[in-house]
Amino acid sequence: MPMPPFTFHAALLFPAHFLPLLLDIVAGWIILGLLGLFRPRSLRLTAHLLFPLGAAACLGVAILSGVFLATGHAPELMVLPLGLPNLPFHLRLDALSAFFLLLLGVSGAGISIFAAGYFRSGEGTAPALLCLQYHVFLASMAVVVLANDAYLFMVAWETMALTSYFLVTSQHRIPEIRRAGFLYLLMAHLGALCILLCFGVMQGGSWQFTFDAMRQASLTPFWATIAFLLALLGFGAKAGLVPMHAWLPEAHPAAPSPVSAMMSGIMLEIAIYGLVRISFDLLHVQYWQWGVIVLIVGLFSALFGAIFAAVQTDMKRLLAYSSIENVGIIATAIGLAILFEASHLPLFAALALCAALIHALNHSLFKSLLFLATGCVLHATRQRSLGKLGGLIRRMPWVAALALIGTLAIAGLPPLNGFVSEWLLLQSFLFTPRIPHAFLNMLIPLGAAALALIVALAAYVMVKFYGIIFLGQHREASLVHAHDANWLERLGLGWLALGCILIGVFPQLAIRAADSVTGPMLGATVDSQSSLWRIAPIAPEQASYSGSIFLLGILAVIGISFLAVRILAHGRIRRTPAWDCGYPWQTPRMQDTAEGFGQPIRHMFGAILHLELQLPSPTDDPPRYRVHIEDRFWRTLYEPVARAVRRTADAIAVLQSGRLSIYLLYSFLTILVLLVFVL
Amino acid sequence: MLKSHLIAQLVNLLAAGLLLISFAMLSRRRTQRLILLYAWQGAILCLSTCLVAYDAGLTELYYSAALTLILKVIGLPWILHRLIERLGAQWDREPVVNIPLTMLIGLVLVIFAFGLAQPISEMATTITRNTLGIALAVILLSFLMMITRRKAVTQVIGFLAMENGLFFAATSATYGMPMVIELGIALDVLVGVFILGIFFFQIREQFDSLDLHHLEALKED
Repeated sequence: MPMPPFTFHAALLFPAHFLPLLLDIVAGWIILGLLGLFRPRSLRLTAHLLFPLGAAACLGVAILSGVFLATGHAPELMVLPLGLPNLPFHLRLDALSAFFLLLLGVSGAGISIFAAGYFRSGEGTAPALLCLQYHVFLASMAVVVLANDAYLFMVAWETMALTSYFLVTSQHRIPEIRRAGFLYLLMAHLGALCILLCFGVMQGGSWQFTFDAMRQASLTPFWATIAFLLALLGFGAKAGLVPMHAWLPEAHPAAPSPVSAMMSGIMLEIAIYGLVRISFDLLHVQYWQWGVIVLIVGLFSALFGAIFAAVQTDMKRLLAYSSIENVGIIATAIGLAILFEASHLPLFAALALCAALIHALNHSLFKSLLFLATGCVLHATRQRSLGKLGGLIRRMPWVAALALIGTLAIAGLPPLNGFVSEWLLLQSFLFTPRIPHAFLNMLIPLGAAALALIVALAAYVMVKFYGIIFLGQHREASLVHAHDANWLERLGLGWLALGCILIGVFPQLAIRAADSVTGPMLGATVDSQSSLWRIAPIAPEQASYSGSIFLLGILAVIGISFLAVRILAHGRIRRTPAWDCGYPWQTPRMQDTAEGFGQPIRHMFGAILHLELQLPSPTDDPPRYRVHIEDRFWRTLYEPVARAVRRTADAIAVLQSGRLSIYLLYSFLTILVLLVFVL
Repeated sequence: MLKSHLIAQLVNLLAAGLLLISFAMLSRRRTQRLILLYAWQGAILCLSTCLVAYDAGLTELYYSAALTLILKVIGLPWILHRLIERLGAQWDREPVVNIPLTMLIGLVLVIFAFGLAQPISEMATTITRNTLGIALAVILLSFLMMITRRKAVTQVIGFLAMENGLFFAATSATYGMPMVIELGIALDVLVGVFILGIFFFQIREQFDSLDLHHLEALKED
């Protein structure tokens, strides 16, 4: 039975109360942001002082929450006499919040240190303003996780939405970016509205808006389900679950890369936190039907995201769709956990929830890493279109190597972290036959098949992403001048890549952290049989996995081959040009393109995509090939809703005649009618 | 008892004067006249507040009477007078609804207001409870004036007269509002007039006239 390595020292080194320290860090972020305003145009101040300090604060959050999880503290409560009179802020630090704070701290540290090297002057918003928005964004996400009443939660949630909106539109002179920002803001507000209504339902007639009161509230099945569906809609809109995903592929490419990384790597996970908090903690998972809904939405989102990612030609859009896919996978795991919990199988529920939490952590690491890598590519080449990149591995070796780790991780290859969570999720799918519902336990294995398809598609997407950007030859002559990332950027990328490797090789760490969440919440933990070498979530004879042995195996194979070549063939090595397959004359244009890579997927899943294809005719000079892929949800869901809103607005606009006396007449008649009614 | 009765009679008389002035305002087209009428309205208000204060023995009401005197009898009319001279807006155009018809609508409104005030007056315990209907009528008539006029200046005078009506309603139903609220309202009115004055200049600069029908062009299609 291995002991957590720092239990003894932690008790000596760290204080008994974590929450006040965490709040100090949150306040510190805001102060850091405000400090920048003294010299708003100074890039040196923000880059050399404020962002690194912010990164250190992130590290502090990660350490504090990690220790909190490792030592298994009891939840800490606090009431801050801020806010409105008689409505103070309630805060609570428990294992679930600590887990997401850990995620925020670890990814935030990498992103902040990268941001220190990334932002250049003269691009859109002034650096100090960006720094302020960035740190308030971080602080608001931390407060969302710590909030223990609906009021503080909504304040922090809306602050998060607003600051991220301003960060997305930092290049606000470009109309498309303003449009993307508006779409994001709209969806964020619709989501917030749903969450607000959800809290309104959950107070259950007590008119107490603290989470403690909501835990006690007894709701009828109907209202509990309404609350759950509202939460799913609200948090789904933020997390990017289909069909509320439309803002994601627009906003992520529009934002500067560290911001995309923050939004995709942290904010989406915060939305997942909200869903877990409400469905497991506040509503105490009551009905298996909820699980089925989340499962279906999650699987569909994952499949949808993977397919759309496969056909994208813009690297940041590709990653944005990949985020939809990963959030879908997390939601699938949550759906399974709800299903198991409602069927009174807490151990399997713990396994599925563990998979969800670890995948959230993993996604935050590798997706941030990849978004930051695209930022480096963008700065080096000024190109976002995959069709104009290629061969960057020679110009940007650091970025290429670190991005490779992220790519392999997101593709779900062992011994990296993506494999661990997907493996755990597949494991939990294997236990679905124990669910006591005849049809469900026959149908859900189909979900496992779908998941396998999704994972394979994700790998395909990542081969495309990495291959087109970094391998092959330069598709544009200007790429020769591409420069590698600076040292701060490398540090940020390296930190995230290290996280990917560490969780992949020692998944016990992540599972232990997730266990301290599932233990109090579901009453079951999964790693009873794990050791330093392997994880065996349920029973070792059932399935076990060892990242470290896998890594050792890979290293051994490489080492043996290297030695074999060195010893057996030593001195008989000669260098010749690679075989050119009989085509000695090759140009960059002869390489496979991004469109070409996506073609088989386009062909197979044509029914889901809305495709506009223009093929060149033989007489065209020069021949043009154009393909435009549209989200079907735009036509079937968004546009009808937008039209309906417009029509209603037009009907109401008849009231707006423009004549002042008519307006006065409206108020006059209103007063008269009210007087008649009241008296 | 007799004294109280006499005061009640006097307040009723003043209230009738207030109503008469409201009708006069509805029928006038010269803006300078309107301002004079507004000042008279303020004077009557001041007097009636003093009477109520004397009867109820409330010193607070004396303060609000003084405030009325300073602000509504001297201050605002003077500001408006200066404004109109500088803007050259002595005449309003033909109202939206012609004057005889406006007077008829005004009559209907007065009856309506009295009907509404009936149940409240029975609940009130003040000596001035009968005047609540008149106060309500003054409010409605001022509102009617705002609706039927075309120039910005006259609408502002309508707005101010409406505030007078509200003030009168407050004194007659409950011996006035708390001092803090009254001070707040007084300040609001003063600031409002200043802001509207700035608006007058802006509107005139934009459209070369204070006629409000130019603002219709601002509507979004």
